[in-house]
Amino acid sequence: MQITVNGQSRDLPHSATIAGLLELLGVNRKAVVVEKNLKIIDRALFDRELVQEGDRIEIIRLVGGG
Amino acid sequence: MAEKALRFFRPFPFGFGLFYFWYSMVNLVSKCLDVVWITPGYGNGGAHARRPMGRFPGEAAFSMDQHDGLLSEEDRLRYQRSILLEGFGPEGQRKLRAGRVLVVGLGGLGSPALYYLAAAGVGTIGVVDGDRVDLSNLQRQILYGDGDVGQSKALAAADRIRRCYGSVAIIVHEGRLTAENGVGMVSLYDFVIEATDNFESKFLVNDICVGLGKPFSHAAVSGYYGQAMTVVPGAGPCYRCVFGNVPSRDAVISPDEEGTLGMVAGSLGAVQAMEAIKYLAGVGRLLVGRLFTWDGLTSTAREVTLPVEPSCPVCLKS
Repeated sequence: MQITVNGQSRDLPHSATIAGLLELLGVNRKAVVVEKNLKIIDRALFDRELVQEGDRIEIIRLVGGG
Repeated sequence: MAEKALRFFRPFPFGFGLFYFWYSMVNLVSKCLDVVWITPGYGNGGAHARRPMGRFPGEAAFSMDQHDGLLSEEDRLRYQRSILLEGFGPEGQRKLRAGRVLVVGLGGLGSPALYYLAAAGVGTIGVVDGDRVDLSNLQRQILYGDGDVGQSKALAAADRIRRCYGSVAIIVHEGRLTAENGVGMVSLYDFVIEATDNFESKFLVNDICVGLGKPFSHAAVSGYYGQAMTVVPGAGPCYRCVFGNVPSRDAVISPDEEGTLGMVAGSLGAVQAMEAIKYLAGVGRLLVGRLFTWDGLTSTAREVTLPVEPSCPVCLKS
C-alpha cells in the first residue's frame, strides 16, 4: 500500500491505523500532530483512524523552543 | 518673628533636600535610559503610564503616532535597497515607517527578528520578555553580549537596537506578557511576532491575537528543526486550530534537553520578520494556512498546508 508521509512516498506492508503508522515510524504519538488528507486528526482517534492507499499524511512535530 | 520662622523651618531642609535628591535621580535615570515606564497588569498594556519627555531638552515627547510615515532624504538613502524592490518602493517603506510591531520573547527567534525589523525601518517596535540574560543564552541570542549577562533582556535589547538604529522607537514593556496585561499590550500594535520559548506563552499569544483579530507570526525551534506559520484571524487557521492544546510536559522534548543552534532560530526569526514586513508593506504571500518547516541538518525546507479547524474554540469565539 502506497502512502505519502511528509512528502515522501512509503510502502506499507499492511493496513494500519494512525497509531500503528506512528509506532512503525518510531514516533511518540503525544509529540506530534497528524494531518491526513488536509484534515487534522484528533489524537484520541489515532487508534481508530485508518491509513488507506494513496493517503497523504503529514506528521508535524510539536516544538516549543524559541 | 524671623527667629520664630527660622525655628519653624529648621527641621525641613534635610527632608526637602532628600526629596529633591530622590526626585532628581529618578528623572535623571529615566532620561538616560529613555525607558518607557510600563507597569504590567494594567488593562491597556500600560501605555498610559509615565513616560519620559524625550532624552534631551527640546526633544519631542514620545507618542505611538510619532511616525507619520514620511521619508527624509536620509531615509531614502538608508533604505535604498528596499525601495528598489519591485512592488515595494517608497510607498512600502513609508508603510514600514508607520508600522507598529510587538516582539514577544527576545531569545533565539526574537533576536534576529528584532534586528531585522529595526534595520528594515519599522517605525515603532515593542519588546517584551521577563527574563534576564544568562551566559548560556549567548550561543544563539545575538542581541546580547558578554556585558549583558544578568541584565533584563527587554532593557538590554532596547539599548542595543537604539544604539544601532536611532530613528526606531522602541517601547519596553517590563515583565512578562500575561493574560491580564496581554490584551492591552497587543492592542497597541499592527502585527505581533510570537517568539516565545514555551507552549503556554505560544497558546496565550494566539488566543489574545485571535480574540483581537490581530495578525501574528508564530515560530518554534528545537534541535536542528524549526517551523513558522502566520495567523491572520478570519483568513486561515490559528495556532490552536493546528496544535490544539498545551502538550503534557513529558511528551515533548525541549531545547533544554535536546539542544539547539543559533542558526536554526536565526533562520526562523528572519522568516518571522519577513512576514511582518510583507504584512505591513502589503507585498507577497503570507504563511497563512501553511506551515513552513526547516530542517537545518539536511537544509530541507517544506511547506505543509493547514486546514481551518471548524471546532476551534478560539476561532469560534471571535
